[in-house]
Amino acid sequence: MQKPARYVGGEFNAVMKDLSEVDTRIAYCFPDTYEIGMSNLGMRILYGVMNNMEGVWCERCFHPWGDMEEEMRKEDIPLYALESFDPIGSFDIIAFSVGYEMAFPAILNMLDLAHVPLRAEERGSLTPLVIAGGTAMYNCEPIADFIDIALLGEGEDQVPELIELYRMARREKWSKQELLCKAARLDGVYVPGLYDVTYHDDGTVRAITPKDGAPAKIRKRIVQDMDKAYYPVRTIVPSTEIVQDRIMLELFRGCIRGCRFCQAGYVYRPVRNRSRELLARYARESVEDSGYQEMTLSSLSTSDYRSLVELCDELEPFCAHKHLNLSLPSLRADNFSMALMERLQKGRKTGLTFAPEAGTQRLRDAINKNLTEDDLLESCRRAFAGGYNAVKLYFMLGLPTETDEDVEGIADVAAHVMHAWRESATNKNRGVRITVSTSWFVPKSHTAFQWEPQISIEEYERRVALLRERMNTKTVTYNWHPSPTSFMEAVLSRGDRRMCAVLESVHRKGATLDAWEEYFSLERWLEAFDECGLDPHFYANRTREHGEVLPWSHIDVGVTDAFLWREHERAHEGVTTPDCRTRCSGCGASSMIGRACDG
Amino acid sequence: MAKLRLLFVKENQASYISHLDLMRTFQRVFPRGGLELRHSQGFHPHPLISIVLPLPVGQSSECELLDFEVEQDVDGSGVADMVNSGLPAGLCARECYRVQRPARDLAYLRASIELDYDRGVPDGAEDKLRELFSREEVLVSKRTKHKELTEINIIPMIKELEWSRREGRVCVLATVAAQNPGLNPALLGTAVCAQLPGLAPDFTRVRRLELYDAQMDIFR
Ligand code: SF4
Repeated sequence: MQKPARYVGGEFNAVMKDLSEVDTRIAYCFPDTYEIGMSNLGMRILYGVMNNMEGVWCERCFHPWGDMEEEMRKEDIPLYALESFDPIGSFDIIAFSVGYEMAFPAILNMLDLAHVPLRAEERGSLTPLVIAGGTAMYNCEPIADFIDIALLGEGEDQVPELIELYRMARREKWSKQELLCKAARLDGVYVPGLYDVTYHDDGTVRAITPKDGAPAKIRKRIVQDMDKAYYPVRTIVPSTEIVQDRIMLELFRGCIRGCRFCQAGYVYRPVRNRSRELLARYARESVEDSGYQEMTLSSLSTSDYRSLVELCDELEPFCAHKHLNLSLPSLRADNFSMALMERLQKGRKTGLTFAPEAGTQRLRDAINKNLTEDDLLESCRRAFAGGYNAVKLYFMLGLPTETDEDVEGIADVAAHVMHAWRESATNKNRGVRITVSTSWFVPKSHTAFQWEPQISIEEYERRVALLRERMNTKTVTYNWHPSPTSFMEAVLSRGDRRMCAVLESVHRKGATLDAWEEYFSLERWLEAFDECGLDPHFYANRTREHGEVLPWSHIDVGVTDAFLWREHERAHEGVTTPDCRTRCSGCGASSMIGRACDG
Repeated sequence: MAKLRLLFVKENQASYISHLDLMRTFQRVFPRGGLELRHSQGFHPHPLISIVLPLPVGQSSECELLDFEVEQDVDGSGVADMVNSGLPAGLCARECYRVQRPARDLAYLRASIELDYDRGVPDGAEDKLRELFSREEVLVSKRTKHKELTEINIIPMIKELEWSRREGRVCVLATVAAQNPGLNPALLGTAVCAQLPGLAPDFTRVRRLELYDAQMDIFR
């Protein structure tokens, strides 16, 4: 069996409780492997929040890898929680953390492995209550029939409220329906079963109608003040290597940039900062508690943190003393970021990664990617002069308004980077490695591109071929994935409730960890769509009308539809929108905190 | 500055922690308790920490040894308790002391190997097993470091075997060579499966019990 240590728990700081003092047991499930789930900061936060509640024991549960699943099914071992090894089917609440749509099949499979009926309507009693949160819940329609409650937004305040309501329901012997109706009145709580969805003949949504007192719009919940929000200083230190095996210090939430394709950029608005003093304290305390040797300053766009330099000044001596590496997750191509990166990397010259996303300034303007080729080349020159000899460049193919010129522009960018190396490399004998990777653009809900079609696979492959042809130089490596996963991602991320039947069917056909190429099968999905009489292209490749009721129209992330449509129009006009720090564009998100953003 | 050795138990869940992961775990445990690990010099400094005789994944042990160097001048007293407050379940430090003997003095290890038979021990099993291991040569195939399959004769690496039998289980206390080359006691089970298929156990459990030097004095 591969990596057995991920199935045995017992890690440092795993929370153990005495069952005689526990009245509410929660299985916190991550529909992916241990290494992925344990790398998720949100999961670590809510694990701490829930276990800080008296009488509540929150335990972890992950999707087993195929070899383990096979063993469990053969030996009839139901899915168990890592702390107590008790089967999660008998817990009070089963809570999923869902960050991406391709994890939907894993949710169904975990319920199945836990011997819990899949459909919410088949689970009549209060236990187990199946809830789900995470960014994929901003459009959870494709799994709406399987979950009792979806939590929208940030869970720090909301999850304890829901748990208290659940306890009250048990004390006062409410029916499940009573609980659901009352839960629907909490902010950020979406009970899919309390909404009727009707469709036009052409398959588009006619109306989403609330019933039993559920609100017409459900607004996401957020943490108002990051300085008062829980941060997991004491956190589990896995005994086996995970993907993000380091302290993740979260500087701020939200992003000031406004890239038009980026769902995270919109749904995490508004920007809320943590104070530098507090961050420095958390950093020290977490290092001391965990013994970790590495810390990453995490956020959507870390270099936008206002007092980043001061924070690093403060952390550096301490880190040097503790042999601790400080790292930045993503890098903007500008002088400020480059200087900071050089300082933190201290001679460790690993490769550099930039994400220009598009090959021409016109298209970068259309997607509001605030990056010029000059900035990029300047950063590369600086890096090459400093001894770096590897650069990775990430682009997307199929962005709205993309033309062949834009595609070929990617090759030009790579050639210019090559040129920059010739100009400025200090040691040319070592050669240079320039890697260009392209992914297939997936339009997401709640973005300026939520109305846009994804280009077809044939068109995607034509553009890949075009780029390949343009890039036939040996010094540039071109990576692209013939990734049908991106197509299914486009289908699921803007799917409607009728797709639940597809999910159930694809589950019965054996879908499990579909976020992994090892397990994904396009044929299986296509068969399932066929069986259910639905057309995946309707979801992925159709241009939606302005004004069309979208399956997620009742979900309010704080950013107004009018703003998104305006951004959509500006994209087609090739007009950029300034970042939130330069000028507020009035997206609506500040209404969630009742003060200016980014304070 | 001090060179210390930690004697610890590795069992239950922790028997699934791999060698590399175990090193990583200890690297985090010492700083937590205020002990500063010494790092190698050079361009990529790494903490000076090593496991004397790595235990194969899945086996348990009462006598694992970890060597490490710390910046502080300490003799190791109190370290075991300190470490125990920060270890994952299944790991437990017994003692910590200054390194007195080099790891190369380690010559033998004793392990218990339990062969489980779900449907009861087959008749005459012990005699057949005794006979097998009294041969001059028992070949077992084994992967080398380069992942190639080779055959090794395990008999010269076995110093002593003591057989006994319990309900549904045959037990053997084995004293085998620890290094240069050493014998993984689990290979005794592999040999049984290969040579006496009728006696292939349903489950083999291995627990390392003690370490010895060439004179069969306990190695610490
Ligand atoms: S309200 Fe203004 S500053 Fe705040 S996120 Fe929206 S556009 Fe940016």
